[in-house]
Amino acid sequence: MTADVRHLYVHLPFCAHRCGYCDFVTVVGHGDSHHTYIDALVRELELERHVLREPLETLFLGGGTPTFTAADELARLLARLPAAEEVTVEANPETVTPELAATLRTAGVTRVSVGAQSFQPGLLETLERRATPDAIRGAVYGLRDASFDNISLDLIYGIPGQGASDLDADMAEAIALEPDHISWYELEAKPGTRFTHRHGDELAAQAEAMEGYFERVVEGLSAAGYRWYETANFCRAAPLAGGRDLRARHNLAYWLGRDYLGLGIGAVSTVGAQRWRNRPNLGRYLAALAGGHRPPREVEDVAAEVRVRERLMLGLRLDEPVELRDVDGVVDARALRRLERFGLVERRNGSVTLTHRGRFVGGAVTADLLA
Amino acid sequence: MDQERIRNFSIIAHIDHGKSTLADRILELTDTVSGRDMREQLLDSMELERERGITIKAQAVRVSWRGYELNLIDTPGHVDFTYEVSRSLQACEGALLLVDAGQGIEAQTLANAYLALENDLEIVPAVNKIDLPQADPERAAAEVAELVGEAPDRVLRISAKTGEGVAAALDAIVERIPAPTGKAEAPARALVFDSSYDQYRGVVAFVRVVDGAFRTREPLRAMAAGTRFEAEEVGFFSPTMRPAEVLETGEVGYVITGLKDVSRLRVGDTLTSERASATEPLPGYKDVKPMVFSGLFPTDSDAYPELRDALERLKLNDAALFYEPETSQALGFGFRCGFLGLLHMEIVRERLEREFDLDLLVTAPTVAYRVQTPTGSVVEVHNPADMPPEHVEIEEPYIRASVIVPKEYVGAVMELCNERRGRFDHLEYLSEERVLLVYELPLGEIVLDLYDQLKSRTRGYASFDYDVAGFRPGDLVRVDVLVGGEPVDALSLIVHRDSAYARGKALVERLREEIPRQYFDVAIQAAIGSRVIARETVKAKRKDVLAKCYGGDVTRKRKLLERQKAGKRRMKQVGAVEVPQEAFLAVLNLGEGRR
Repeated sequence: MTADVRHLYVHLPFCAHRCGYCDFVTVVGHGDSHHTYIDALVRELELERHVLREPLETLFLGGGTPTFTAADELARLLARLPAAEEVTVEANPETVTPELAATLRTAGVTRVSVGAQSFQPGLLETLERRATPDAIRGAVYGLRDASFDNISLDLIYGIPGQGASDLDADMAEAIALEPDHISWYELEAKPGTRFTHRHGDELAAQAEAMEGYFERVVEGLSAAGYRWYETANFCRAAPLAGGRDLRARHNLAYWLGRDYLGLGIGAVSTVGAQRWRNRPNLGRYLAALAGGHRPPREVEDVAAEVRVRERLMLGLRLDEPVELRDVDGVVDARALRRLERFGLVERRNGSVTLTHRGRFVGGAVTADLLA
Repeated sequence: MDQERIRNFSIIAHIDHGKSTLADRILELTDTVSGRDMREQLLDSMELERERGITIKAQAVRVSWRGYELNLIDTPGHVDFTYEVSRSLQACEGALLLVDAGQGIEAQTLANAYLALENDLEIVPAVNKIDLPQADPERAAAEVAELVGEAPDRVLRISAKTGEGVAAALDAIVERIPAPTGKAEAPARALVFDSSYDQYRGVVAFVRVVDGAFRTREPLRAMAAGTRFEAEEVGFFSPTMRPAEVLETGEVGYVITGLKDVSRLRVGDTLTSERASATEPLPGYKDVKPMVFSGLFPTDSDAYPELRDALERLKLNDAALFYEPETSQALGFGFRCGFLGLLHMEIVRERLEREFDLDLLVTAPTVAYRVQTPTGSVVEVHNPADMPPEHVEIEEPYIRASVIVPKEYVGAVMELCNERRGRFDHLEYLSEERVLLVYELPLGEIVLDLYDQLKSRTRGYASFDYDVAGFRPGDLVRVDVLVGGEPVDALSLIVHRDSAYARGKALVERLREEIPRQYFDVAIQAAIGSRVIARETVKAKRKDVLAKCYGGDVTRKRKLLERQKAGKRRMKQVGAVEVPQEAFLAVLNLGEGRR
């Protein structure tokens, strides 16, 4: 295997508690495991480091709540990880103290993604988030004070009980904080979860009203000068960004179909024709790496053709065209013509891109386009 | 065997009233198979026959009882096969009428009992399951006695399960059922009461010799079909296949014909010898015509040749199955198939799916209509889409339905039958508790959902049977469905004018639920001719995206999209609209919408 991977993801699963809607691999409690977990991560890195070409382009610490990890352990981890041009850490607002902000800055973090979700106290409660609206604002100010110039906010629409005016209020609050980047997801209520059980009826009742929320978010943020560069992601457009490209470079790597290495429980790596997912069990992960072995994994073959399909599926999430020669053989030509006729897809100079309207139904359009 | 010592009989019973248990007990008691090894032996012999490549199910079993030869002839148990039942009964001189002591008479029992009486059979009534705690043998016996016009004390009490009273039943069969009275010296005649197809031996006919005798290697002729063949082998089942030198006057057995297609030797035909032919066939042969039709389409249009081959194969063994190619704008290439009834349709569909591994889309069943055109010609229409726009009169098939229900459901049944254009014929108390209702109803209402409705409105207590009562004119119209302005031929239906509006409305409402939202608004309309009678709109979808997609989600999301695509592939294209296969079944399940 050639050392060509330029993107590294590190999963820090620890959380103070598990929010009802969350479907990430998280660990609540186990406060005494932080140290051994960081050790394990470092060992896993050493086992896989040969695939990396350093310095890296991007490094992303996700969770869980990475900033819930004991600050000294987090700093120790950052010190041991390879250098990267973009280093992102996810943070929950209530964990962002001036000390933490300074620690991150010193450790070389260039970008912080703040999990706000909403600015409405009632909705935050519904989501079982611990941060208050003030804490969110405080976190952003604190990070600015620590001279972070690339801050992202995570927000959610489609929260049970969320009215159109709540959504507008969230947009106004978010825009007022002048984040460099915004991710705004629709709430995914997974069937069978406690959250869905509790809120399912309410979600079903408001389903029709929520139809328009996505459009509302896109229009609102576009009007405020944000570029809708990916289905659920926005960044300050060039005029507001001082010429900087504020797209999330790490995530862009996923959407452009690059290889990446993932460390930690539940983390996924894709290198060439192989994809593997570390199993989510913390104990077994720690035990394997303590013994110097690779942790238990599920391995999947991703043949070249599959990677090309993914290239199409991920590429169409972006506001940039996908070159048809890069997705040769996986595009359903008849569907392409049909979708062009409907004004959902545009073909230009050997590339294909979704139209503005097409992007709102991009999931269905992509499914149609896949041969 | 001397005819005096032969008894040919059937067992008439409702499903679950214990027919096969009684048959097992009879085989045991007559030492046809020993009780202990019965199951095993039967299975073994079936295995053996399978190895020899013979897969024919015994339709008649010969047993010996106290110096008599008893032939037990099996009858199919369902209304769709009334004609076959009547032929099986014609092969007998008597029938054991078996009624569950807890359940009493059911409509099916009644229908078959009447058939037996029509065929002048001696009926030996028996009440079964007297061992069960909930049995009420006296009540059941009184019902049965009333039905066949016998004294209640002539009704046998048996338990097929424990064997109690089974020997007495066999004695009663010998005593009460007359011996056959054929002419041994007359030219040979045998009634074909059933036939099967075996891939190695061809068509195997089950016959009742009426006059004369039949021998292996004898050249034979089927009188109605005119088919000539040589009897490759004659014999009987006891319980496995036993070749014999000869089948004599009054006997029941099989003839292996070597014919490659059951349609060349239909049930009800008469076999005779080519050397000394009979002049008159046995009475009662009918060319059975399919009454219920529906379109069968492969869900994957590439599977059309496989569907054609499968139908060809089924047809070998099912003379009543009819099919011809059909082309639907919405569903592509398929076949319009004709069946004896809904059960027959269900059986064929199941066999196609299970034995031939086909994935099928079956359109709503319809009946055969006789349409008189302005030019004076009469055409039979098997497909609503083929209904001529101009017609003088449409006739539809009617049935005479017998419904037996506990008395508290009489009102519900009458209401249902009235809603469905039923004409009340009469009502009879079979006992204090149970009532027989006889209605004449359009068959078209039955194939829609009447049977399901009947079951649900009587909490499953109703038993139902019918026979065909001829064609009658009706004020019928064709309701067309348009999706996105395009007519969908596979969804057209023919209904009575009075229910056209309600039916059309229910249909478009159902379709609105079944058709997923598309990239644009889709109008769904029901129309009679150019007049729209109902309309619904499937609103365009405004949003359809995968919320987030990062490194850890790629595989799952890709599979999600691929599943979505596979789902779309299964959809049928109507103009620019993608219609799921299920939507074509919507018309089948309108009953719920009408309740």
